[in-house]
Parts: sequence; C-alpha cells; structure tokens
Amino acid sequence: MQRYSGFGLVKHALSHHENWQRQWRNPTPKKEYDVIIVGGGGHGLATAYYLAKEHGITNVAVIEKGWLGGGNTARNTTIVRSNYLWDESAALYEHAMKLWEGLSQDINYNVMFSQRGVLNLGHTLQDMRDIQRRVNANRLNGIDSEVLDARGVQELVPIMDCSKNARYPVMGASWQPRAGVARHDAVAWGYARGADSLGVDLLQNTEVTGFKILDGRVVGVHTNRGDIGAKTVGCVTAGNSGVMAKMAGFQLPLESHPLQALVSEPLKPVLDTVVMSNHVHGYISQSDKGDLVIGAGIDGYNGYGQRGSYPTVEHTLQAIVEMFPMFSRVRMNRQWGGIVDTCPDACPILSRTPVKGLYFNCGWGTGGFKATPGSGHVFAWSLAKGQMHKLAAPFSIDRFRTGALIDEHGAAGVAH
Amino acid sequence: MFHIYCPYCEEHREEEEFHAKGQAHIARPADPDACSDAEWGDYLFFRDNPRGIHHELWVHAVGCRKFFNITRHTVTYAILETYKMGEQPTITAESLARGEKAGNVQAASGGQQTVGASDAAVASVKGAQA
Repeated sequence: MQRYSGFGLVKHALSHHENWQRQWRNPTPKKEYDVIIVGGGGHGLATAYYLAKEHGITNVAVIEKGWLGGGNTARNTTIVRSNYLWDESAALYEHAMKLWEGLSQDINYNVMFSQRGVLNLGHTLQDMRDIQRRVNANRLNGIDSEVLDARGVQELVPIMDCSKNARYPVMGASWQPRAGVARHDAVAWGYARGADSLGVDLLQNTEVTGFKILDGRVVGVHTNRGDIGAKTVGCVTAGNSGVMAKMAGFQLPLESHPLQALVSEPLKPVLDTVVMSNHVHGYISQSDKGDLVIGAGIDGYNGYGQRGSYPTVEHTLQAIVEMFPMFSRVRMNRQWGGIVDTCPDACPILSRTPVKGLYFNCGWGTGGFKATPGSGHVFAWSLAKGQMHKLAAPFSIDRFRTGALIDEHGAAGVAH
Repeated sequence: MFHIYCPYCEEHREEEEFHAKGQAHIARPADPDACSDAEWGDYLFFRDNPRGIHHELWVHAVGCRKFFNITRHTVTYAILETYKMGEQPTITAESLARGEKAGNVQAASGGQQTVGASDAAVASVKGAQA
C-alpha cells in the first residue's frame, strides 16, 4: 500500500495526480475463507480491518451487495459522542471514542475527525434533571461531560435563540468537548483500504442470498456469484438484519425504519459545534464544506425504501428554525433517507445466534456511526476468539428474554 | 406523504393525522403467568419486520382516535388495504405469491408515495416480490 503523506501529495502533484494507486483491489471470490463479513459498511469494514490487524486473520472476505459504505455509513449526520447513561453503553461508546482519537494515524487516512464538542440541550426542568444525572454518570465512567446553564450555551453558540421568548426556552445543556464529527465516507474508505492492504478481499456487487447451515453450524453463504465457504460468519447489515436473520432461520427484536437527513446550501462558517435537542427534536452541525447537516426523528412506520415522508422533514426544520431563527431562509440542497434497525431498548445487538459460528452485529438504530471503530474492534475480537468481548457481552440477543435491557432512550440524541 | 383511508371515518386523510403502531395481529398470551421468559420476551419484543408485505396497526390519532389495520409494502410503501380491528387481511404475502386477485379492497390511494389498491398496484407489488 502506498502510504499517504504531505510529501506524497507534493510528489503526485508533479505528475498531475495521474499516478495514484487504486485504494483497493477488486478480487475474484475464493472458494473458502476463514471469516466472512456480510455487509461492507463502516462497521463491517472496521471488523475486517481489526481482524487482520489485531488478530492476524487475513483470509477474510467482506461481502457487499452494493458498493462499500453506500448504506447508512454514507447517510448519517456524522456525529460522534460517547455521553451515554448506562455503564455498558458508556464503556462501548467511549471505547470507540478513544479509537476515533487516533484513527486517522492508525489507518493512514484523514477521516477529518473534528472534536468540536456536542451540546445536548435541556428545555424543561425534567430535561435538566436528566442531564445532570447523565453528566454525573458520564463523569463516574471517566467521560468528559459538563452541565452548562443557558448563559454558557449562549456563549458557545451565539446565534442560537437562548432568550426567554422562545417557545421552549433553553435552560441549559450537557456539553461533551471531546465529541464532534468525522467525514463518514472517509471512515469507510479508510478502513476498506487498510483491510485490503492486509489481504482482506472486498467483494462488491455480491449479494448474500442465504446461509449454508450444516447440523446447526454455519459453513458458508450462498451469493449471486456462487457459494463461498467460511468457518465463521459475521453479519453486519444494519437495516437489512431482520431479513438476514430470517434467512438463517431466527427472528431479531428489530424494526427497520426510514431515518431522514438533509443538508443546506453551503454557508460561511456560522456554527462551530454540534447542537442536539431532544425536546424541540432536531440536531444540526455545519460541515467543513459549509453546509448545515440536519436530522431528527425516524418515520414511525416500518420501511426499507431508503426514503421517508415529507411531514417528518417539515417537523425537523420546524425544530431547527425554532432554535436558530436566522436559518429560516436557508435553502436545503439535498434530502435523503437511510434504513435504521431500531431495538426496543435503543441499544445495539452484538451477539452469538442460534446458529453456531454465525454472529450478528446490528440494531445500532439511529446512532451507529459514532460507534464504528469500537463496534468493529470488539466484534473482530469476538469473531477471532469465538466468544463475545467483555464490552460486547451485555449486548446479547438474550437480554430480550432475560429482561436485562439497557435502556438508552434517554441518551439518544433525539427521541425516536 | 401517505394518503390513508380510515375504515371508520370512511374517508382518505393525510398521514399526519395518523400514527404507526407496529406489527398487527400479535396475540397476547392467553395465560401470561404460564409463559416462560422466552415466550414472554418473544411476545414483547420480537417482530417479523419483513421486507415486503406488512400487516400493521395504525391509530387515527387526531381523527376518530380508533385503531385499525393497514396492509402495506415496506419497500414501495404502497398501501394495499385498510381494515377494521378484528378483521383479517384479504391481501397477504401468500395470497400475492399464489397470484390471487384481491377482493373487497378498501382503496387507500393518492399521495406522493402511495399508489391505490388497484389491480395494477397489486400486480406491481407482485412484480416487486418476484
């Protein structure tokens, strides 16, 4: 692999940037792999990368029905934070946060991780009590988190309406300075390039149509390019996970919903942090390119169509204009939907399944992007060792039958 | 924007008047005390979540406030049928696979992303499933 560097950029400039190496190969599927990862999004590619890098397992294929990072990885609003309430999820997301902080160096790819801080606003007394509780829990878990009053919020974001005249006046916020945003495509591409250079086969335009199961053990997958054998299969298919589980003969506690986002025309720098409001119900940041990146709640109905309804877009923008009256005349450039696999307790599933050798990493719902490095890291460990990593163990499917749920609805960015 | 036919109000209304409430026809266990943890967990949390025909519960939240059922395709979002509580769907994934014509369809037509429950719509859904 050609390493990227400032020197390399100058060198390639001299040859008009015509001699850059391709970032990854386009290999022909082998008959058999040690591990197959189904799904070439951020989480799947990260899993493959850490399998190769940390566990020396390089006979790995990532099977993707479309193109790499073309699903939710490319459709989210790129927010990264770890201020979750419960110990189990705080540990998992903070593990991811620590990996984010060294990620660009690790994979030699600029993921443009910008720790510009995230504000979670409170608009009612109960909001503020919940924020205080969550901030205290974060600090006990070693996560940077502070409670700000309305004046503190106004100092950080002068353009926001923090006056008493607002319909839901801002009373304060939780503030995580280490949180921020990252360039989502670069995360997928960087992990793909890193995994490929370590020998992982990235098979695009290859759709898994079924699992080969022998005596309750997975032995491979059926694809539209023929059968491929494997001792271990990790399924990381986000919104389509319920369909994949059905192919393997079991059910998941997931419902797939459209989640929409939109970006505005590019503006001069106006917002240098991330603002989320659970109560008014929207979140916003400004990308390095200058466009406002906006999101809110899911569409309430089940859907796989990668699009949602207009009333949801309207509600989203109502919330944004409520918080930022000056954005009322900003024009929106693009709007899209992704399919999120929501879990009843708003926490992911990283788990063994009733089929031996088949593992699922899904249910990240509306907030999976922030966990990409941590999810891949602990899932790779679990696939390599044949037992769940200690950070992943609480997220077993079994919790929906034992009752040991991890209720994170309160720490979700907005209510879903 | 869905344009949904409420079988109680007997008219088409805009999606914003309604709330989706998830999978329909989930029977509460007759004797919950006799359920194992696994059975109770299945009842509470595990859902079909199909990519295709889905029977789901909706409520006409700011209309008549009654619950009713919709049969909808989760990829095309086409609403194929709406029917009252206690009734059974006439269009199912199986009936479409068998190629049966749907009878007694209460049309739910119009709207940006919704097509009517005409024969053409049913045929197009069959096409999508094939």
